[in-house]
Amino acid sequence: MFGDLDSSPDGGDAGGVGNTFLLVLVVVTALGFDFTNGFHDTGNAMATSIATNALHPRVAVALAGVLNLVGAFLSLSVAATIASGLVDTGVVTLTVVLAGLCGGVIWNLLTWLFGIPSSSSHALIGGVIGSTIAAAGANAVQWHNLVSKVIIPAGLSPVIAIAVAGLGTWLVYRISRKVAAGARSHGFRLGQIGSASMVALAHGTNDAQKTMGVITLALIANGSLPQDATAPFWVILTCGLAIALGTYVGGWRVIRTLGKGLVEIESPQGMAAESSSATVILAASHFGYSLSTTHVATGSILGTGVGKKGATVRWNVAGRMATAWLFTLPMAALIGAGAYGLAAVIGGSAGGTVVLVLLLAVATLIYLRSRRGKVDQDNVNAEWTGALVPAEDEPAEPVAA
Amino acid sequence: MSDWIDLHAIWQIVVVGVLLGAGLPALFAVGLRALSAPAGGQTAQAAAGADSDHVYGGNPVGLVVAGVCFAVILAAIGYGIYLIVSSA
Repeated sequence: MFGDLDSSPDGGDAGGVGNTFLLVLVVVTALGFDFTNGFHDTGNAMATSIATNALHPRVAVALAGVLNLVGAFLSLSVAATIASGLVDTGVVTLTVVLAGLCGGVIWNLLTWLFGIPSSSSHALIGGVIGSTIAAAGANAVQWHNLVSKVIIPAGLSPVIAIAVAGLGTWLVYRISRKVAAGARSHGFRLGQIGSASMVALAHGTNDAQKTMGVITLALIANGSLPQDATAPFWVILTCGLAIALGTYVGGWRVIRTLGKGLVEIESPQGMAAESSSATVILAASHFGYSLSTTHVATGSILGTGVGKKGATVRWNVAGRMATAWLFTLPMAALIGAGAYGLAAVIGGSAGGTVVLVLLLAVATLIYLRSRRGKVDQDNVNAEWTGALVPAEDEPAEPVAA
Repeated sequence: MSDWIDLHAIWQIVVVGVLLGAGLPALFAVGLRALSAPAGGQTAQAAAGADSDHVYGGNPVGLVVAGVCFAVILAAIGYGIYLIVSSA
């Protein structure tokens, strides 16, 4: 996608000082995106362990944060091409990347506000596609690759995860039905912690790398690094820290939807779900077919509801998520396109600054809005009565997920 | 069709997913069941009350079987970490 960030094409990005300034804006925004990526996806690994009390909520997010940081360091050779072949790299400038990141960040924050787990990778890809279209027209997007490498995998991954987790759940209950209930839930809680840790580790490796790739390419484009450079240590460190910090802050709204909203989860189900997620994510990246962590994790949790006899699966909640997934690419693209338009009209460093200030303003607004119906470690496990925000805290809160 | 869908990658993901993603939790369940098996003559409930947290039921054969199951699972986790490190 950002294979060849051209540093000096048309007016706006040209000029040494302006470029360095824009570069700093891109790095800051990319780290901000990495942070939202972390807290948006904490639930993928830890929602089930929190829901079954296998781990105290604070301990769970701390463990996930540490494992994300470790995961970020596990992959030493960060590829400088992220989702290559989705857009014509010749037209991608620093401003295009900045605007695309804005699309990703805002969509991540909006979906978090509504407690909807949605793919951070899709948000980033959508944002960049939108800003690319705004910069160079629809011909700069490789639509066939977008469908075959992004959209079709997105449709397939939850189906695979539902099947694997459903089968795993069925087997686990079948095999352990003669084990005393207390021993069973105690034993599976331990297994749950192990399998959830694998998901957190895989997440740190996969997702922190995306931001490392973005920053590395921005550096290459600016001439700060040679063409064939890999990510410098400070990039790996800051990206790892940003995603770990985001994970530790904990996207409690998303955790609540995944852990309590979709399915009422017991510890054997939690273990089956996280094992399925970890295996499918690792197998997919091993066979070169990138699947979204979020889509897989959500599918796995649904699968544990399907695989257990008599379990409650709230298909209306699942349907609302699927709807949000359909809107992720186009909405992030619209925001990315708008951000690019604004930056281009104003031009240069001033344009980039205005876009970043607007981004901060929107992020603050969304944050303030979230405080009106708070979900945190104290009420994340409250009984699900159809609303994201538990009734005790906000009786008239209309926000639901 | 294969121009749009990478069937080759998908069937491999499904096979690995079923074998490990569903198989490992099942193996864990086998280990847990073996571990909690009561020593000869007792029923599970008699050995450890239904709401007890005691996982070990007192059967030495069960302990060995459980050890093998958990060792296989740990090996699979180790392989998973190896994949994470090497596939980057």
